[in-house]
Amino acid sequence: MSSFDLSEILGNPEYVSMLLLGIKMTFIVAIGSWVLAMTLALLLLGLRYAPGPVGNAFVTAYVSYHRNVPTLVQLLLWYFGIFTLMPDPVTFWLNDHNAEAIFAVIALGLCQAAYFSEDLRSGMRAVSPGQMEAARALGHSYVSAMRFVMVPQGSRNALPALINHSVSLFKNSSLAVAIGVAELTYAVKEIENLSFRTFESYLLVTVLYLVFSLMIMALGAYTARRADPVRSGRA
Amino acid sequence: MISDIIAIIRDYWLLLLIGQYPNGPLGGLAATLLLSVLAIAFAFPVSIALALARLSKSPFLNWPVTALVYFTRGVPLLMLILWGYFLVPLVTGANVPSFLTMLVTLVVYQGAFLSEVVRGGIVALGHGQMEAARALGHSYLGAMRFVILPQALYNVIPSIISVFVATIKDTTLGYVINVPDLTFAASQINNQLLTQPFQVFFILAAVYYVICWSLSRVAVLTERRITRKRAGTAPQPTAKSLKLAALTDQPS
Repeated sequence: MSSFDLSEILGNPEYVSMLLLGIKMTFIVAIGSWVLAMTLALLLLGLRYAPGPVGNAFVTAYVSYHRNVPTLVQLLLWYFGIFTLMPDPVTFWLNDHNAEAIFAVIALGLCQAAYFSEDLRSGMRAVSPGQMEAARALGHSYVSAMRFVMVPQGSRNALPALINHSVSLFKNSSLAVAIGVAELTYAVKEIENLSFRTFESYLLVTVLYLVFSLMIMALGAYTARRADPVRSGRA
Repeated sequence: MISDIIAIIRDYWLLLLIGQYPNGPLGGLAATLLLSVLAIAFAFPVSIALALARLSKSPFLNWPVTALVYFTRGVPLLMLILWGYFLVPLVTGANVPSFLTMLVTLVVYQGAFLSEVVRGGIVALGHGQMEAARALGHSYLGAMRFVILPQALYNVIPSIISVFVATIKDTTLGYVINVPDLTFAASQINNQLLTQPFQVFFILAAVYYVICWSLSRVAVLTERRITRKRAGTAPQPTAKSLKLAALTDQPS
């Protein structure tokens, strides 16, 4: 093996475009599943607080399943299992529309929703019940007390955990390679196969992952600072 | 559907349990559990060393280990596995079985995660314990060995169990480099049957669920026990229970 040389990868337009396509797909999968996960997490949180035992039991089962089954197995179950149970027109449509990526988004989004909803719940639990009592005493209805008093404080408490899980969601997007999504991990394997520059290709992509993860953490820290009324100078 | 699942379990339970063994490498559930147990067993001492290094005032110990922990946490495990896949044979100069590659990768990865757990346990103890131990004449290492670590590690047992559950789930990623674990066995069955992928992967998910859920319950129960004990509300040993314990020779 000749000496370390990144220029062979970065100087080749073919490899660079593979890399860029990989980055694009990684972000599509990560952002798509993040939006799905956050939407579902808010719905799950609502169900948790709904009166009656049914919603609570459903959310408990949902969270338990997604936390105790490996994410890769969930991906395989969706792509190889549930996909084949769908009616033919749906299957054809999905095959025409990059089915791998869609199922990666579904599996990762459903899985991460369980973690996000637990983060939000723990954030809400950390708000003292006195806050709710005080808001009600001041004349707020239950819904408006939730809207103006409880959720703003609870979601702020949950921010560090949400940031952590957003980073792991981003890292988990690499699992999509197992069902053939052409994302960043897929790109590095392709480039390595073509260029035989094993060390350089892995190093390049590893640094990219590291930089993106650190960027998400920085964005999260910025959001946390903005959300803090004292440190953002709004109080 | 249910009869299909029962039929698959009836026909392939041995493959799911131990893989091709003894006609091939140990695989299936046995390989998954062996890999997880070995990974945690090796990662544990590594994590204590890393935690002590991160707590050390010496920049030569502190900085590289902090960098290692940040690196490990910022990069997908799959990426580390691919690194291991080509680095481990390069370092050892021999053809390495994928099981060993996976083990080395998991030890590094979980060692870094576990080190943060251990560090949290030590930081949570407070300075007083260390100061008291040093005042009593213990050296730094002696104080760590006899005073700090026994308390800190006891308090983080629930988190250690959680990392163990995470390790079991992470072993599935060995699928990418063909580690003959439970996921691999399931995909082999799927390749043989071809017509029942949902049933096969459902069984796989169910097995993982049962194992990881049971272990998570153990973690929750242990946590409650430790909280009660620290709050002083756990049942204290009475003279009678101590005598009983001595008679049955069980640690009380």
